[in-house]
Amino acid sequence: MTIIRANGLTFTYSGQLRPAIEEVHLSIEEGEFVLIAGPSGCGKTTLCRCLNGLIPHFYEGELKGDIFVTGLNVKDHSIRELARYVGMVFQNPENQLFALSVEKDVAFGLENLGLPRSEMMELIEWAMKAVGVYELRDKAPYELSGGQKQRVAIACVLAMKPKVLVLDEPTSSLDPFGARQVLEVVRKLNEELNMTVVLVEHRLDLAVKYATRAIVMNDGRIVLDGDPRDVLSSKEAISIGIDVPKVVKLYRALQEVGLTLSEVPIAAEEMVQLLQEVLKR
Amino acid sequence: MSFLDVLEGLRFKKASSPIHKLDPRVKFALALSLSTLALAFKELLALIALFTAHVPLILLGGVIRQWARMMKGASLFAFFIFLTNFLFIHFHPGYAALSPTFVLPISMALRFLTIVGAFSCFFLTTSPDDLGLALERHLVPFTKWLIERVPRLKGAIDPYGLCFAFIASVRFIPTMVEEATSIVDAQRARGLELDRGGLLKRIRGYVPILIPMVINALRRSDELAEAMESRAWGAVKERTSLYELRLKKGDAIVMALTALAFAIAVYVRISIPIPL
Amino acid sequence: MIEAKGVYFRYPNGVEALRDATIRIDDGELVAIMGPNGAGKTTLVKHFNGLLKPTKGEVFVDGVNTKEVSIASLARKVGYVFQNPDHQLFCESVEEEVAFALRNFGFDEAEVERRVTWVLEFFELTPYKRKSPFTLSVGERKRVTIASIIAWNPKVIILDEPTLGQDYFQKEKLRDFILRLRKRGGTVVLVTHDVEFVSELKPRIVLMADGRVMADGPAESILTDRAILKEASIFPPQIAQVFLELVNVGLPKGVINVEDAKGALLRLLRSMRS
Repeated sequence: MTIIRANGLTFTYSGQLRPAIEEVHLSIEEGEFVLIAGPSGCGKTTLCRCLNGLIPHFYEGELKGDIFVTGLNVKDHSIRELARYVGMVFQNPENQLFALSVEKDVAFGLENLGLPRSEMMELIEWAMKAVGVYELRDKAPYELSGGQKQRVAIACVLAMKPKVLVLDEPTSSLDPFGARQVLEVVRKLNEELNMTVVLVEHRLDLAVKYATRAIVMNDGRIVLDGDPRDVLSSKEAISIGIDVPKVVKLYRALQEVGLTLSEVPIAAEEMVQLLQEVLKR
Repeated sequence: MSFLDVLEGLRFKKASSPIHKLDPRVKFALALSLSTLALAFKELLALIALFTAHVPLILLGGVIRQWARMMKGASLFAFFIFLTNFLFIHFHPGYAALSPTFVLPISMALRFLTIVGAFSCFFLTTSPDDLGLALERHLVPFTKWLIERVPRLKGAIDPYGLCFAFIASVRFIPTMVEEATSIVDAQRARGLELDRGGLLKRIRGYVPILIPMVINALRRSDELAEAMESRAWGAVKERTSLYELRLKKGDAIVMALTALAFAIAVYVRISIPIPL
Repeated sequence: MIEAKGVYFRYPNGVEALRDATIRIDDGELVAIMGPNGAGKTTLVKHFNGLLKPTKGEVFVDGVNTKEVSIASLARKVGYVFQNPDHQLFCESVEEEVAFALRNFGFDEAEVERRVTWVLEFFELTPYKRKSPFTLSVGERKRVTIASIIAWNPKVIILDEPTLGQDYFQKEKLRDFILRLRKRGGTVVLVTHDVEFVSELKPRIVLMADGRVMADGPAESILTDRAILKEASIFPPQIAQVFLELVNVGLPKGVINVEDAKGALLRLLRSMRS
């Protein structure tokens, strides 16, 4: 089932001359894990904002083309309606947590939906357990590490049982340890709950392992779209300025001097195997 | 002892004690009763009794250290109150006939300390979350009531929004303190000296600190609004709440005792003269 | 030269952030201070320009005890670029922002202008000279903050998490600037989690955990020492992860970046063939 569909999507922020995204055509199936990469200012964040209605309902500007998420035309539905279908996690974990305890924060969305207390309790507990913050439920935001905060932010939207999870550079302010924990949670939600994931990331070495599909954007357009291995090892990805994992870089460096490995590696373990094959020969 | 240290005497301390568990409204009633009585009496014996009455609450709440800090900060003001009263009586001999010279000034200082102590106890043992709940619980029906009478106010007051603003402002205090420290450090690392030069220069010195603070606060409020919207803020008219304040047995007992004590005190005030 | 001797530091809230930290950084060195959040990295470097003074122990900058001089006079020697550019930018134009510290340090206007021109050129910011720093991208804002500090030519420059939130090209630029600063004889201290960024620069690495210095040595040996890295919650760079698994088939151990990896592989294959 197609869960996200964009046709000729173009958006220009009011006061800007050039569109932030231009002629975006995109179709995402339920259960996909889509990784979006691109240099800063390429339109990744703008695209994310179109997925839960922040564009056009929160940010003013001119929207052309169409975008449907879980069959709903984003233009015709408010952000608060879309919140039940699309969970949005932002870059800065600090500014997404408003309450004085993890539990209350996770409850926030459900309270807004007017759910009765008994139903709420169950969902909150489930969401906190799913991202591994159940033990932290009484902690205040300032008592949490960055990685923990970001996992709480995921729990906050998860509790509303969305079909799609959109994460806009969720690890950019985290240390590697925290980043790993966050991405691990996202992978788990995708694999175990078949949740559709749209992840914008700079840290490709960690994220690409989990993705089923990679999209590269540049200057507001989608320029590459396909299997992560093909996308990341393409010449364009490097010339656009994508921080491709070092093993992919090594693969390409070896290819340049005439040593072509049998497959494009995207993780250290894969590279180990590929090199072992070569060195045994 | 800085101003911030004194504020520590108002900042909620997470703990589980019988006092912490009390309903915030009951605690508020307690603090209010004590303060009202402190204002009603000017006799030293009565004020000693009132001051002593709030000490067990501090002990039970396990907040003695914070409370002591607050008292230490407040004692300076208490001393001023003592001094002004003392001088006043000294220069108005007619007044002294009412009570011996030292007694009234001490009473007045004690009155001040009792009020500060009672509210310090309230804030130290009541989580902002509970305060928010109490606010929401009463503000929402109150707004409804108000709008029924003054229909023009419709849309002008958003009780949920007010409660949210209250909780969020408490929640962001540590974040903003951290941010301010970092901004001051960043500018000092660029040679900004805040404690040198004349008054004008010093005031100008705060510009490089205030501008980033304002800009970060504006950015934060934008991001918060975005995140709130994305989590269905305002989706239904009547928001529900994960926790509800409910008066428990203990609350009822404390409330009844407070009322009883208050009534007795009022009776004493009206009909029994206190010697000192 | 910076020397920290047995430094302890306790914040007013009681957190002991440094416990007997000892480190010496010589002129012209490139040092990366690494470790998990809360290891005390930022607390340590804040001692280098006097923003913090040790609770116990001593810090010397060029032989002067930091307890005896003002922050401003230390800042003149030790420039510190904070992690978040938005904690520093406040001027109406990039040019003003860069001139701010120069005026604080009492340079005359002609000198201010000369230095601003030079540093904007060095950091490829000349086209943005009259623009408001707030209208720039994250990467450009970061560069403005670095430029505003390099402007007074401090002997030592500390960069706190310079790669955070930066994309590939910005990181490449940053690396290039660091190398150029080094060529001019500058001492550069990086505080970072970014092992991939560090693996290309191959600096001396100081590993911290729990307020202590737990390892100190060349990148090639520290970033390939699994046991030590694990203790500091750091993962080896991807290339090191690969090479550590292949030591038994004859590849060398201290390989941490793509360039060296390629060289080592080709050498091994050549020797296998002959």
